Amino acid sequence: MVDIILRINGATCTGSPEARKTLADFLREDLNLTGTHVGCEHGVCGACTVIVDGRAVRSCLMLAVQAAGSEVTTIEGLAPDGGLGPLQQAMWDSHSFQCGFCTPGFVMQAAAFLSDHPDADERQIREALAGNICRCTGYQSIIDGVLLAAERNRER
Amino acid sequence: MKLPYVEYEAPTTVAEAVGLLAEHLDQASVLAGGQSLIPLLALRLARPAVLIDINGIHELSGVSATDGRVAIGAMTREYVAEESESVADTVPLLAAALPLIGHEAIRSRGTVGGSLAHADPAAELPAVARALDAEFVVRGQSGMRVIPAAEWFEGYLTTSRRPDELLVEVRFPAAGRGTGVSFQEVTRRHGDFAIVGLAASLTLSDGAISDARLAFAGMSDVPVRAAAAEELLAGERPSTELFDEAARRATRDVDPPADLHGSSDYRKTVAAVMVRRGLRAAADNARERQ
Repeated sequence: MVDIILRINGATCTGSPEARKTLADFLREDLNLTGTHVGCEHGVCGACTVIVDGRAVRSCLMLAVQAAGSEVTTIEGLAPDGGLGPLQQAMWDSHSFQCGFCTPGFVMQAAAFLSDHPDADERQIREALAGNICRCTGYQSIIDGVLLAAERNRER
Repeated sequence: MKLPYVEYEAPTTVAEAVGLLAEHLDQASVLAGGQSLIPLLALRLARPAVLIDINGIHELSGVSATDGRVAIGAMTREYVAEESESVADTVPLLAAALPLIGHEAIRSRGTVGGSLAHADPAAELPAVARALDAEFVVRGQSGMRVIPAAEWFEGYLTTSRRPDELLVEVRFPAAGRGTGVSFQEVTRRHGDFAIVGLAASLTLSDGAISDARLAFAGMSDVPVRAAAAEELLAGERPSTELFDEAARRATRDVDPPADLHGSSDYRKTVAAVMVRRGLRAAADNARERQ
């Protein structure tokens, strides 16, 4: 067990995970933040994507102990009041979600990308989301949702 | 799968890390970005007794350009190298290869040294290092060694780093005037390892090729130079016929592996296409950089 302190969704959290515990399992099992989904557990599917210190990362490929001192944002942190954030609303409006398993990963990857690239075009969004796998939607509605979020963001 | 039980050490200096390596030797695995090692643990393909996590060693991160070369600390994240102006200006072949590694979230954590120490023969950075004759700086308790790329890659996922040594830095030579580059690859899906990849660098002086470097990814158990093609190109003027002949020579004596992504013959065919495309793109790039 290793004692760690980190910030998650704006709040200071402490924990004592085993060294081998991934950040994904620490979030889900120790902190009950089950919005982060675990798919392949070896970095291929993108479902577990969270934002660590401003960068999208695969939380199944990072140990919880490595997040000590970091600022972590999970899907629960995008709209802390329980509603939908602007990106989530735009994706909802575009029917970006079907079964929902891949959803938190796509949303977090898109959130990280749009915050760095607010003027992103469709090709750049496709490139940024290429590491996330969805078995239902056919992707087009996901791309539409992220494009809509970018557009609404520019109008504001 | 969940990771197996493993001891964990998090040194904060190179000296401390080297001490731990000397103690645990091949029972230890060095954890850098973890984008290859963590999957290997999850899939039980690696079973180290101890993880030596070097993420807290700040002296291992950074890009510095000095006397005709760029030195990249082993823990430098791939996205940091990708965004580095110094890398873009002085080692354009590396800059061309970096965005092709995995996906954005992989490059957030993955490191330059980690990819090169993992030595996957189908990965981008090993081919770049081999093409440019990069130098690998390792530190052990008995001191420092500088290993040329030709001697670094020994086999599949195997390098000449000894178990008590830590890769601390990789040095890439700066591209001179008139040097054009291209990184080509064919993958099944976006972000996958290359079925075949090619790192190409051509230097033009007065319209003739003064230096040609071609290194394949995915064609052997290590990244390989296409020496016969490089010899053919030296001193010649770029032309379609020359590049066609270079593609023939580059693929004449190779025996690439076969797997579910492609047969050996398929890889040879693709490799020839990569050489023609790579040379054409590198020559165009060289003219722009005259």
